Amino acid sequence: MIEINNIHKVFHGKKVLKSVDLTVQTGETMVVIGCSGCGKSVLLKHIIGLLKPDSGRISIDKEDITKMDEKQLRHLRMRFGMLFQSSALFDSLNVAENVAFSLMEHTDLDRKVIMHKVRSCLSLVGLSGIEHSMPSELSGGMKKRVGLARAICVDPQIVLYDEPTTGIDPIMADAINDLIRDLQDKLKITSIVVTHDMISAYKVADRIAMLYEGRIIEVGTPNQIKNTSNPVVKQFITGAAEGPITHREAALEEN
Amino acid sequence: MMHNVGKKIKHTQDKWFLKVGRGLSDFLIYIGKISILLGETIRWTFSKPLVKRKHIFSQMAKVGVDSLPIVFLTALFTGIVLALQGAYQMQKIDARAYIANLVSLSMLRELGPVLTALVVAGRIGASITAELGTMRVTEQIDALETLATNPIKYLIVPRFVAIMIMLPLLTIYADLIGIMGGYIVGVFKLGIGSRVYMNMTFDPLVIKDFLTGIAKSICFAALIGIISCYQGFATEGGAEGVGRFTTFSVVLSFIMIIAADCVFTALFFFAF
Repeated sequence: MIEINNIHKVFHGKKVLKSVDLTVQTGETMVVIGCSGCGKSVLLKHIIGLLKPDSGRISIDKEDITKMDEKQLRHLRMRFGMLFQSSALFDSLNVAENVAFSLMEHTDLDRKVIMHKVRSCLSLVGLSGIEHSMPSELSGGMKKRVGLARAICVDPQIVLYDEPTTGIDPIMADAINDLIRDLQDKLKITSIVVTHDMISAYKVADRIAMLYEGRIIEVGTPNQIKNTSNPVVKQFITGAAEGPITHREAALEEN
Repeated sequence: MMHNVGKKIKHTQDKWFLKVGRGLSDFLIYIGKISILLGETIRWTFSKPLVKRKHIFSQMAKVGVDSLPIVFLTALFTGIVLALQGAYQMQKIDARAYIANLVSLSMLRELGPVLTALVVAGRIGASITAELGTMRVTEQIDALETLATNPIKYLIVPRFVAIMIMLPLLTIYADLIGIMGGYIVGVFKLGIGSRVYMNMTFDPLVIKDFLTGIAKSICFAALIGIISCYQGFATEGGAEGVGRFTTFSVVLSFIMIIAADCVFTALFFFAF
């Protein structure tokens, strides 16, 4: 279980996270929605220990990661997989080397065993036979799927997805959503997906949380979110140009 | 009136002191951050499990083998120019044979280490900053961390170790090529006998001449390695940021090499 309690983060004098509280149950897929630049990716980076909060506590199975040293964090990260918004594949390595990276660096497994695992992960994400391609030869959707294969290659217990469907066409986006759902069903992993794509959110989420002005303002099942009475959430999920979010932004700009 | 002028001067002085103070504090913070990175790099170089040799060898090939042609050309032309400029002076006092010694001493003590360092800073330092900077802005360094890999150990240590090993070796290579350039001018253009030229090249040299050059190149290697890696890791601001940080990396490396050379030369002159 992942518990986030009262975390705060300030960047260059700007409060990005102000008292964020969120609990993600083991085996659950939690989708965090919110406007661009509201701090969703920052929240994700806190959960995996890439950023430390200014105050507050983040616990993974009751272990407070904000107090962990570098060695403990590295050990913890072996339980995580993360898909980045930009895929973040290593340019200098081919697809197989990217997917096998963790196994090559942190295990003494035989090369044949590693390559077998790489092929099985690539086939799970629907990409077989591209082991020797370089990242520069792949399309955006393929990169995302290779990134996903890399994230699941170490059999993680928790997978974090940062905007998994951003920048790819709707058909490929739906394929990625199916993939996230399939992985969830097959591997029973805990997932946190950060997105502002509501189609994706409804499709993959067990629960949805909305981050707004540095706080989680609503948490609920996709149905509860669809029927929310909160005007901010309502404006965001319907994508209306007029509403409290845009009024607030306009007021801030005027000041 | 006088009171107002006095106030204005005081205000300008305050602003000037503030600017100087801020610049100085930024510089000290920068030095502090680079020193911390250097300390971390040295710690990770010797911490077990050690960095895989294949990572270091591939960087050594990039730093050393791939730099051979440009170092060859730079050193050869420098040797030729030194011999020609020496000849211009020495011919007047009929002491052309001393050109050999002038070339060898200049190459070993000064031009070999400095020119090689400048070439490597321009070619390798820029490439390291651009590569690491691109990795930073495309989240590849974050991805490394999420894969439980320390970026300093995986990215900086192999590059730093490769430069520390290859720059002194390239310097020795540049020394020899520079001497060869002088030989070509001395023997084939100025008519100095081959044996005389070689004797005049190596006989007056002492081991200190060689060691001071190598000591300088080790110091330059550390400067290029740590500045280029630090700038790469500190990159922000997308493609424009990569360009800006790479330019600054090369400029700073050049300045630091020349400044360190000045300090070393003075130290060797007065202390040894």
